[in-house]
Amino acid sequence: MNDMTPSREQREAALEGMGCKRKRVEDIRFTQGKGKYVDDIKMPGMLHGDFVRSPYAHAKVTKIDATEALKIPGVIAVLTAEDLKGVNLAWMPTLAGDVQMVLADGKVLYQNQEVAFVVAEDRYIADDAIQLIEVEYEELPVLVDPFKSMDPDAPVLRPDLEGKMEGAHGPRKHHNHIFNWSVGDEDATDKAFAEAEVTVKEMISYHRTHPSPLETCQCLASMDKVNGELTLYGTFQAPHVIRTVASLLSTIPEHKIHVIAPDVGGGFGNKVGAYPGYICSIVASIVTGQPVKWVEDRMENLSTTSFARDYHMTTEIAAKKDGTVTGLKVHVLGDHGGFDACADPSKWPAGFFNIVTGSYDFPVAHLSVDGVYTNKAPGGVAYRCSFRVTEAAYCIERGMDVLAQKLGMDPADLRLKNFIKAEQFPYNSALGWEYDSGDYHTAMHKAMDAIDYRGLREEQKAKQEAFKRGETREIMGIGVCFFTEIVGAGPSKNCDILGVAMFDSAEIRIHPTGSVISRMGSKSQGQGHETTWAQIIATEIGIPAADIMVEEGDTDTAPYGLGTYGSRSTPVAGAAIALAARKIRAKAQMIAAHMLEVSEFDLEWDIDGFQVKGNPEARKSMKEIAWAAYNAPPPGIEPGLEAVSYYDPPNMTYPFGAYFCVMDIDVDTGVAKTRRFYALDDCGTRINPMIIEGQVHGGLTEAFAIAMGQEISYDEMGNVMGASFMDFFLPTAVETPHWETDHTVTPSPHHPIGAKGVGESPNVGGVPAFSNAVNDAFGFLGSTHIQMPHDAWRVWQVAKNLGAHG
Amino acid sequence: MIPGEFIYHRPSSVAEAVSLLVSHGDEARPLAGGHSLIPMMKLRMAAPEHLIDLSGVADLKGMQEVGDTIVIGAMTTQHELVNSDLLIAKLPIIRETSLMIADPQIRYMGTIGGNVANGDPGNDLPGLMQCLNAVYVLAGPDGEREVAARDFYEAAYFTALAPEELVTAVKIPTPPAGHGFAYEKLKRKVGDYATAAAAVLVTMSGDTVSSCSVALTNVADTPLYAAQASEILNGSTLDADTVTRAVAAAEAITMPAADGRGPAEYRTKMAGVMLERALARAAERAKG
Repeated sequence: MNDMTPSREQREAALEGMGCKRKRVEDIRFTQGKGKYVDDIKMPGMLHGDFVRSPYAHAKVTKIDATEALKIPGVIAVLTAEDLKGVNLAWMPTLAGDVQMVLADGKVLYQNQEVAFVVAEDRYIADDAIQLIEVEYEELPVLVDPFKSMDPDAPVLRPDLEGKMEGAHGPRKHHNHIFNWSVGDEDATDKAFAEAEVTVKEMISYHRTHPSPLETCQCLASMDKVNGELTLYGTFQAPHVIRTVASLLSTIPEHKIHVIAPDVGGGFGNKVGAYPGYICSIVASIVTGQPVKWVEDRMENLSTTSFARDYHMTTEIAAKKDGTVTGLKVHVLGDHGGFDACADPSKWPAGFFNIVTGSYDFPVAHLSVDGVYTNKAPGGVAYRCSFRVTEAAYCIERGMDVLAQKLGMDPADLRLKNFIKAEQFPYNSALGWEYDSGDYHTAMHKAMDAIDYRGLREEQKAKQEAFKRGETREIMGIGVCFFTEIVGAGPSKNCDILGVAMFDSAEIRIHPTGSVISRMGSKSQGQGHETTWAQIIATEIGIPAADIMVEEGDTDTAPYGLGTYGSRSTPVAGAAIALAARKIRAKAQMIAAHMLEVSEFDLEWDIDGFQVKGNPEARKSMKEIAWAAYNAPPPGIEPGLEAVSYYDPPNMTYPFGAYFCVMDIDVDTGVAKTRRFYALDDCGTRINPMIIEGQVHGGLTEAFAIAMGQEISYDEMGNVMGASFMDFFLPTAVETPHWETDHTVTPSPHHPIGAKGVGESPNVGGVPAFSNAVNDAFGFLGSTHIQMPHDAWRVWQVAKNLGAHG
Repeated sequence: MIPGEFIYHRPSSVAEAVSLLVSHGDEARPLAGGHSLIPMMKLRMAAPEHLIDLSGVADLKGMQEVGDTIVIGAMTTQHELVNSDLLIAKLPIIRETSLMIADPQIRYMGTIGGNVANGDPGNDLPGLMQCLNAVYVLAGPDGEREVAARDFYEAAYFTALAPEELVTAVKIPTPPAGHGFAYEKLKRKVGDYATAAAAVLVTMSGDTVSSCSVALTNVADTPLYAAQASEILNGSTLDADTVTRAVAAAEAITMPAADGRGPAEYRTKMAGVMLERALARAAERAKG
C-alpha cells in the first residue's frame, strides 16, 4: 500500500455509519425555510375548505341554512352531513373500531365539532361565509366528568349505538360505556393482596393534553375525474394506511390513489388518525372537480384533532414489609370523548397499557380498563409515546413512590430491590409481555452515582429541617423514575391497524456509480430519518451515507409500510433496512468473488468492500462492485443491485432508562424550578448519538410541559379551556430546564442491529420524574399524592392545604 | 383565525388620523403595534371596517425630557423604551417592566401608546403608569386634553378615551435621582400576561420612606393604583408589620378573575407576594 491509501479508520470515518454523530442532512432545508410542507403546495384552480363548528358541547342540530353564505361571490359549496350521506361518508370508521361523524349528523358531541364544510376560492371568503351560515342548536345536558358517565341518569351521548350492547371490544355495560379490557390473573392477584403485609392504593390521574405539533393537520385533495385518480397531499404519519383507508371508503382502487406526505412539521401522534378535514376535502374535490385544501388553525388543532391521555388510574400495590412487591392491581377509567378514536393497534383498546408492571418483578398482576364517552373531543393518541405506555409508566412510577413512602423506604432503594434482574431476560411479565433485554441495576447505579443521589438526599433532609425552623421558604424534591417502554409495533401475530399487519419495509437501489436511493414505509416528521437510515445502510453496505438518498412519504414510490409513531421506525423499518442491505451485500459478495476470481467463501467483509481472507490487498470496494453489478455481472446472475425487505418483527423492543429530577419549590408562589435533570437512556444500539440526544431533549421538554402545566381542560358546560398557546403551556427555551443525558447500551437480541428506538422514552420517563419530584418535595409535610399538572397555582394550593403558609 | 374585510388607512399626521376617526366613527379603530387588535380581528371578536395605521405619523415618535417631565410619543415601541439612554438614566423601571412584556419580536412592534390605550388589564404599562403618576395626552376633534393614568381606566377595554380620540403621548414626572424601583411579575411563561404583578417606586431618607407609590397589574378589570398601601408605607421604615399591613391593603383592592393562571384567591395572594418582593428590591435600590 502506498501513502495515499486511506487507513481503515479513514475508510470507516468516510462512511459516517452507525454510531457517528452525523449532522442532520434535512436541517439544511429546514433551517433555511426551504422545507416543502402541505401548505406550500399550490395547484391550479385550488379551492379552500373551512369548517363551521359547534359552539356547544352537546346539542341537537335542528337546522343548517347556508342560503346567505352561498350568495357571497367566491363561495363554491357548503357541505353538510346530508350531502355526505349521498356518498356514504357522513360517518367514518375510527382506528378503535368505533364510528365517528364526519359532519354533525343531527347532533354534536363536543365543542368545535365539525358541522358544515365551506368550500371557497380563498380562505378569507370561506371564513366570511362561515359567519353567514345559520345553524340552529337545541342544547342537551352536558357530560364532562368521566366518573359520572355511567351514572344511571347520565345523558345518552350516542343514540346511534342504542341497543348495541356488544362493542368492538366486547360487551358494553352502559349507554356511555365503550369497552372493558381485562388482563392478568385476578384471583391470584386478589390472593396476593389478601396475604400482603403492606398495601397501598391511590387514584392517579393523567390529565388530558395534546401533542400540538408546530404544523397543524392539513391536506390537499385533487380528484382527476378523467382518469379517476385521487391525489392526496397531507400531514400523514402513516401515508400508506391513509391510502388503504381512502380506497376502502371511497371505492377508488388503491392504485389510483396517490397519497403523498411531504415534509411534516412534527406529529407526536397527532397525525396518525383520519380527520373530518381529510374526508371533506376529498369529497369536495370530487364534487367540484377542483383541488381542495384544508388547513387547520391552532385552536382547531388543540380543540378537535386528537387529545392525548385522560386516564384515571386506581393503582394498588401489595408488598412485604421489606419492600418486595407481591402484586399489582390497576383499574383505569379512560375518558375517550364523544367517539372512540384512539390510535392504537386495533386489538388493543387500551394500547399496551399492560406494560404497567414496569421494570419490576411482580409475580402477579391484574389490569382492568373501562373506556367511556363524554362530551369532549375524540382522540386518545400516543403523544410521543407508544400506545398508552406513558400513562402506564406514570401509573407504576408514581405508585412505587407511594409504596416507598408508606414503607419509609428510599424510592431508589425500593426500585433496586424489585428490578427484574439482568439474568431474568428474556422476562415474561405477569401481564403477558416478553421483555427482550435489560440491565436495570447497572443503569440505575450509574445514574445514582452520576447525580450523587445519596448526597442530594442529605441536602434535602437539611433543607427540610431549615424549612421547619422557618429559615427558608423553599423546599426540595428529588424525582426518581425508572421506566421500561414497549415499542416497535409490531408483530403481526398481535398488531394490526384495521386488519393491516404492522410490518414495515425498505427498498434500496444501488446505482452503477455506487450512489444509492432508498425508500421506506416509515415517514419522518422531524425524527431525522434521512440522516439515520443512510447511516444504517452505510455501515451495512459500505457506501458513504452522503451518497445515500432517503425518500419517504410517497405511496407511489415507497414500499408499503405502517408509518412512524410509537417509536416503531427503528425497531421495524430500521430492521427492514438492515435486512434489505444484507441482501445487497450477499449479492455483492458473489460479484466480488467473480471479480477477484476466488470463491465467495474466501471473501470477508471489511468496512466498505470485500477482501480475500489472509490477503486484504486483494479487495473490491462496494463502488467497484456496483459498477460490475450492472455492467459485468457474473455469468448466470441477473444485472442490477437492489433489494426490498419487509420486516415482521418477532417481538417488541423494550427500551428503558433512569431519570432523576431535582427541583426547588417556592411555597409562597408555587413556582417550581428544576435545578437538575439527568436522563440515562438505554435504547440498545445507538445509530446516531447526536440525534438521540436531540430526541431526548425534545421529549423531555414535552414531559416538562405536560407535568408542569400543559392541559386541555373543560368547564362544566363542556367549553374547552386553553385551546390557544396563550393558555396551553408550550415552554420556550427560557422556561425549559437544562438537560443532562447519559446512556448504557443493552442491545435488543432479536433486532438485526440491536436497536430499540428512543424517540418516546423521554416523554414516557420524563413525566413521572417531574411529578415525583413535586410529590417528593411535599412528602415530608404529609402529602401522599398530588395530581398533575403541577402548575404554580396548584402547587401553591397544595402548600396551602398542607399548612405551609403558616 | 381569518379577519373580515376592512379598509386600511395610513395617515401622516395626528390631525389627519383624528379626522379619519371622526368621519368613520365606531367603524374605525386606530392601529398601533397591533398585538392586541390584530388577534382580536383574526378571531372576529373585533371587526373594524376602517383600520387607521398610526405608524406613518412621525409626531407620535420619540422621547424627551421637558423640565421635570419625561414625554414619550405614543408610537414609541417597547424595544425603544428598553434601549433608551434617557429612560435608563432617569426612569429605569420602564426598562425593567418593558423587558417583561411578551418577547423581543413583540416588543419591536408593540408601542407604549397602544399598550396604555387599549385598556387590557393584562398589559403591564398601565399599572406602571399609575405607579409613576403619568398623564396621557389625548388628541381629538376639539384639540388636546390630558387625563391622569390613575383616572383613565374604567373597566376592561373601557377607558376615558373617546372613540374619535387618540393617545398621542405619555408624560411622566421625573422621579428624584436615587429613587428605588421594582416591577415584579409572576407569569407562567415568556409572553404571558401577569398572574399578578406589582410596580413600586420609593424614595428613602435614611431608613425612612419619604415617598412611595404602588400599583398592581392584572388583578382586577383595570390596573390598580394602591393608594392606601402607598399611604401606609409612606413615612415608615418598612418594618415587617407595616409591610404586612400594606400588603393586606393592596390585596384588599384586588378583584381578579379566575383563569388558567389560577383561581382568584391565588392571584390576590400573588399580588401581595409580588408587592412584598418589589418593595424589598426597591428599598434595597433606594438605600444603595
